[in-house]
Amino acid sequence: MIKLSTIIAAAVLGLGLAAPAIAQEGHESATIQRQSWSFSGPFGKFDENQLQRGFQVFREVCAGCHSARLLAFRNLEEEGGPSFTEGQVKALAAEYTVNDPTVEGGTRKALPSDRWPGTGQSDADLKAAFGIVPPDFSVIAKARSVATPTPWWILNYFTGYSEGGPDYIHALLNGYQDPPPEGAEIPEGKYYNAVFPGHAIGMPPPLSDGAVTYAEPAEGGVAVPLTVEQYSEDVSAFLMWLADPHQVARKEAGFRVLLFILLFAGIMYGVKNRLWSRIH
Amino acid sequence: MAGHESSYNPTNVVEKWLDDRLPIIRWSKVHLMDYPTPKNLNYWWTFGAILVIMLVSQIVTGIVLAMHFTPQVNLAFDSVQLIRRDVNGGSIIQPLHAVGASMFFFALYIHIFRGLYFGSYKAPREVLWILGVIIFLLSMATAFMGYVLPWGQMSYWAAAVITNIFAAIPIVGDPILQLLRGGFAVDNPTLNRFFTLHYLLPFIIAAVVALHIWALHVPGNNNPIGVEVKSERDTVAFHPYYTMKDFFAFVVFCIPFAWFAFFAPDILGHPDNFIQANPLVTPPHIVPEWYFLPFYAILRAIDFNFILDSKLLGVIAFGGSILILFFVPWLDTSKVRSGTFRPAFKWFYWLFVLNFLILMYFGAQTPDTPVGPWTVADVSKLNVVYYFAYFIVILPLLGRFERPRPLPSSISEAVLTEPIAVSGADPAMPTAR
Repeated sequence: MIKLSTIIAAAVLGLGLAAPAIAQEGHESATIQRQSWSFSGPFGKFDENQLQRGFQVFREVCAGCHSARLLAFRNLEEEGGPSFTEGQVKALAAEYTVNDPTVEGGTRKALPSDRWPGTGQSDADLKAAFGIVPPDFSVIAKARSVATPTPWWILNYFTGYSEGGPDYIHALLNGYQDPPPEGAEIPEGKYYNAVFPGHAIGMPPPLSDGAVTYAEPAEGGVAVPLTVEQYSEDVSAFLMWLADPHQVARKEAGFRVLLFILLFAGIMYGVKNRLWSRIH
Repeated sequence: MAGHESSYNPTNVVEKWLDDRLPIIRWSKVHLMDYPTPKNLNYWWTFGAILVIMLVSQIVTGIVLAMHFTPQVNLAFDSVQLIRRDVNGGSIIQPLHAVGASMFFFALYIHIFRGLYFGSYKAPREVLWILGVIIFLLSMATAFMGYVLPWGQMSYWAAAVITNIFAAIPIVGDPILQLLRGGFAVDNPTLNRFFTLHYLLPFIIAAVVALHIWALHVPGNNNPIGVEVKSERDTVAFHPYYTMKDFFAFVVFCIPFAWFAFFAPDILGHPDNFIQANPLVTPPHIVPEWYFLPFYAILRAIDFNFILDSKLLGVIAFGGSILILFFVPWLDTSKVRSGTFRPAFKWFYWLFVLNFLILMYFGAQTPDTPVGPWTVADVSKLNVVYYFAYFIVILPLLGRFERPRPLPSSISEAVLTEPIAVSGADPAMPTAR
């Protein structure tokens, strides 16, 4: 009764219908290479050490200008994330001051339950300095992506490619060229970036080799180089976690769900066939 | 079929008592279990049941999301993101709802195209078909308003562009536009009314689905050979035969559903929707969700004035491309229902499907994208012509000129001789109609 051709036709039609969605992307992709991320694919997991390093880069470099209003200190100790200890997060939070109109003076030390306190600069000042208000980082890794040329984006549906954000951010951070290539006109106060749409970016190159000193790796850990390449990988991974902090748990649930569905589909196929064998 | 004898015999005293007062169990037995269904339905027929389950799934996940959503322009974006972060199970429920909308439309398109191929809209099923088109329209409205709720850049600009379509209508256009937006621009009142309507419409859809199923149960199902049921031999009881088959199909349908929802929840959406709505910054390239792309392509293809202004013409083509579905039962003049027995129709039908997919692809491209020596804007005009010609010219004329293949005399005969033998049936075989 079941016709394989029917299923195949349904799958092909489905793909055809769903396919153009990804083709809507606008960013230039010529120079963007996909990185191999530990968190890509159905079995991907974040590398806690990488997230911790990425957080350090975010905190020491990015956070001066970029807010992350959806990040709470407590998120940093949650499973699937950088997994700092409770004590580390408490101590970290205590280094920051947050506004609280209910206490005397209107400010107090931050608690793990507080959200990330922002840049400490007004939007107007930032806009004056950079031409735009630097975007909030809460979901930035989901708000950026890399276009896949036609027809290869069809494959993305089968591989579940969702790492366009970190791929783009990584490429952007490595995309600065000084001096700009010949013929590129960069307005005063802008910088040439090969990846950025239009190439003239307001953000000065944020990273340089050795700008962030990582803590000594824990026992058995591997020391990583203090390079722009390494920093950009780490911070991209961190931003991906920040944009979708429960993605590893969701993927693990998804694996169990799919396994169940496949088994159940097999059982239902047997039920259906047994029933229908009486008919004709 | 409606009106056949019920096999329900209440045995215990409570059932008897209830049956005399509200024969709901009897009704369920007749319509949900014993309902005689043609025994030759293929897997394309399972998408009706899949759609019912998907509608329920959307309503259930949607109600949970509504409990945590804040319909206020400064809070809506964050509230959706916080559902994924802080609500128990939110990182699964939100993707199930967003991906579920795509899966719903995927199933809906297959369901519609199945009806178009097998002539399910023909007498006596015109009302059934019209109710289906109403469901399609309501689903589009619901999905569109739902897409606005996360209040990202694409949400905002889709709302601005789509509501603006109504402004092209003469005289009443501007009042309608302001009524939809709740003001002159898309703003908090728009978000509020879209949220309210997005919550309301699914229940109206559910009601129309009930009518749709009622209208199905009066004439009974069409089937792949399009020959009406002749005797009991041609049918099987809906339960357990089709309940189990439909359920198997739904479980298989869940494989891509789960794949996207769990592993790539945002792959069907647009990255720009992760940027909070900003009325001052227009995205470089505004595109709707994939399931609206063919119709969006039709809207944009009309970029020339012809007696009327191009904007109004575009709106007429856009609206007409959906409204024309209401008239398909009368536009198709062929006496033969199933495309299987219509050699010429098949070609035009599959060309129509291909044309629809091309329109979908073009809907995602900028109009100046080159297509060979031409551009998307040029070629999509041809696609629009074929889209309408299929309904207005091809379907009416084919019925007159096409010589259909002979039909099997009954479903049982077709089943016994196997579907392959049917399509190459002996010309001497008696025709059914």
